[in-house]
Amino acid sequence: MHVDLYEKFWMWLSGVLLALFAAAIIYTAAAQAIQPPSHVETIDPTTSRTDPRFVSLGVTETADGQQVVVMAQMFAFTPTEIRVTAGRPVTFRLTSPDVIHGFQIVGSNANTMVIPGYVSQYTITFNRPGEYLIVCNEYCGLGHHLMYGTLIVEAPGGEG
Amino acid sequence: MNERYRLPYANFTVAVLAFFVGACMALMQALSRADLPLPLRSEQIYYLSMTAHGVLMALVFTTFFIMGLGYVFARTTLGQDTVNERVGWISFFVALIGTVLTAGAILSGTSTVLYTFYPPLQAHPLFYIGAALLVVGSWIWCWLMIRAYRLWRRDHAEAAIPLAMHGMLTTVIVWILATVGIAIEVVGMLIPWSLGITTTIDPVLARTFFWWFGHPLVYFWLLPAYAVWYAVLPRVAGGRLFSDPLARVVFVLFILLSTPVGFHHQFADPGISAGWKLAHTFATLAILFPSLLTAFTIIASLEVAGRLRGGKGLFNWIARLPWDDPLVSCVILAMLTFAVGGFGGAINAAYAMNAMVHNTAWVQGHFHLTVGTAVALTFMGTAYWLLPRITGKELRLKPVAQVQPYLWVIGMGLFSIVNHVTGMMGMPRRVYDLSYGGSPVAAAWAEWTTISAVGGVVLFVSAMMFVLVVFATVVWGKVGQAPAFEYAVPLDPAEPRASVWDRMGLWTVAAAALVLIAYLYPILQLLSMERFGSIGWKPF
Ligand code: HEM
Ligand SMILES: [Cu+2]
Ligand SMILES: [Cu+2]
Repeated sequence: MHVDLYEKFWMWLSGVLLALFAAAIIYTAAAQAIQPPSHVETIDPTTSRTDPRFVSLGVTETADGQQVVVMAQMFAFTPTEIRVTAGRPVTFRLTSPDVIHGFQIVGSNANTMVIPGYVSQYTITFNRPGEYLIVCNEYCGLGHHLMYGTLIVEAPGGEG
Repeated sequence: MNERYRLPYANFTVAVLAFFVGACMALMQALSRADLPLPLRSEQIYYLSMTAHGVLMALVFTTFFIMGLGYVFARTTLGQDTVNERVGWISFFVALIGTVLTAGAILSGTSTVLYTFYPPLQAHPLFYIGAALLVVGSWIWCWLMIRAYRLWRRDHAEAAIPLAMHGMLTTVIVWILATVGIAIEVVGMLIPWSLGITTTIDPVLARTFFWWFGHPLVYFWLLPAYAVWYAVLPRVAGGRLFSDPLARVVFVLFILLSTPVGFHHQFADPGISAGWKLAHTFATLAILFPSLLTAFTIIASLEVAGRLRGGKGLFNWIARLPWDDPLVSCVILAMLTFAVGGFGGAINAAYAMNAMVHNTAWVQGHFHLTVGTAVALTFMGTAYWLLPRITGKELRLKPVAQVQPYLWVIGMGLFSIVNHVTGMMGMPRRVYDLSYGGSPVAAAWAEWTTISAVGGVVLFVSAMMFVLVVFATVVWGKVGQAPAFEYAVPLDPAEPRASVWDRMGLWTVAAAALVLIAYLYPILQLLSMERFGSIGWKPF
């Protein structure tokens, strides 16, 4: 098969470019452990409200940071307001008793689907104190745009 | 009307009608973005019309247009008698009945589940049954395309597949591989569940089958457009196809790589391990390669055209291209838009960066560049090229057709840039209202979205111009001599001969193996866990 010289050049260039992309992804995934939220854990959506993992919603202190347990349901997050401390790892655990929702903290990398029957979990550290908007970013019915909450990141040691 | 083209003509008619209604729905949504106190404005209507817009544009307009184009390509490159007319009409009516059922279910307000219909949102059973029939109709069409190729092959053992048809067969194969996933989801899971035969459904399993289908769906749209870029554009522009064999390599790469990539739509899903998401990411990067090759070949072919038209120097050939031909301007603008869209797509696909844009307005900005412009604008240009050839009527209102593509790109520019920007600012997609309890962040989004509403209105005007030209041509077009169907000739004068890149059966088997590798293990892993299904919900 005859391939024009310039075209060969372009093919190599494209190949190298894509290989660089791939290398960058492998590097961030392996060396910096940057991965999308991919926790695997199931839960019965009909009883999740009384499931021991989801009876006490809200923030608890753990040995190495904070844990936030959130129920996403039509059309609210419980709790609506979450207070965490800046500079410490925060682990979110979420589930839904009804349809699929999204949980996105605007202005951060926190962005996960919340799917009934499954527990979403991921850890993130907020370095900048302030008030963040939390939105549902998956269509969940006519009240989808009314589903939001607030995250308040307090400076460590301060009264916030 | 030429007898021979009645079947594709019927398919194009449904496509244009779907486009017309879909564009009217889009106008309502776009105006909502400006937050005007329009009469009848409500969340019911917003989400209902978004469901209708998504289904009509992404599934109905595209599928019918592609089926019509397939018939035209088969008849004009393989021979008149290769398409079985009667079976073609069966395909048409099955798909049409499916479309009517689904559209009826949406308009009745019982199926506001959007075009992704993720369970446990539950639509009326007829919504799913209609969708299944649309796919069955398209399967009959697939069979006809393959049959046409086989009939032709009998008498042309040594010849290379005519390039337009090579692209169309690629489309067919990708579609068959893709629709296995959606058939399992719709027939195996959603229909029995919506009828009450089963009580619960696993949403992650359903999403996995949906995206097995959902990403190659993108190539089902794009490959016929590529076939036009390779096999029609160079001819109309007055040039030659720069490289015929590389075009075939490109199509074959799409057969192989289109399907094993679906997890890049599920990066943010729980229940699927990170390793498999990463594996699909690499296939996703690989699939950028054939598109990069396409960019080279098409631009080089256009340069040949410009120089044959007397272009000199480094850039003068660009000015020599027939920019006043609506097919040429539509396709070149579609390609330029696609370059921008592809860049955004690389960001969506970037494993970790995806979290910044997942389910934000960025996504709608992205796919209106790709399917909404690269594909849709190519199809509009193709319609301008096809109509005189299949009806024997001169294109009416040609100046309108000449302006329309430019207007589309201006409207899309406004619409899409704003959506990319607000997406980066964190604005979620698919939202009726941006108040968010007076949040200042949301107020900042709303300042931008008014511009996207202006873009939406410009787009709507351009869409209506297209519909008007088609309508005027069909109704008032002057009957004359139908121009012949002529396809691009390669630069290399040697007659292309059948090569390994024409072995469609072989590549299909290889692609099926890749799909199995990409999906078998993760699906078995899901099935082997203790899972709890969901009942249906209808919050609309
Ligand atoms: C007349 C020009 C068009 C305008 C003004 C327009 C506008 C819109 C708007 C405002 C949305 C809602 C976005 C949201 O709130 O999430 C939307 C969604 C969508 N559009 Fe378009 N659009 C146009 C043409 C097209 C075309 C040609 C296609 C594809 C062939 C298309 C495919 C879609 C799809 C698939 C959705 C997603 C619906 C969903 O998220 O469920 N659009 N469009
Ligand atoms: Cu929602
Ligand atoms: Cu995709």
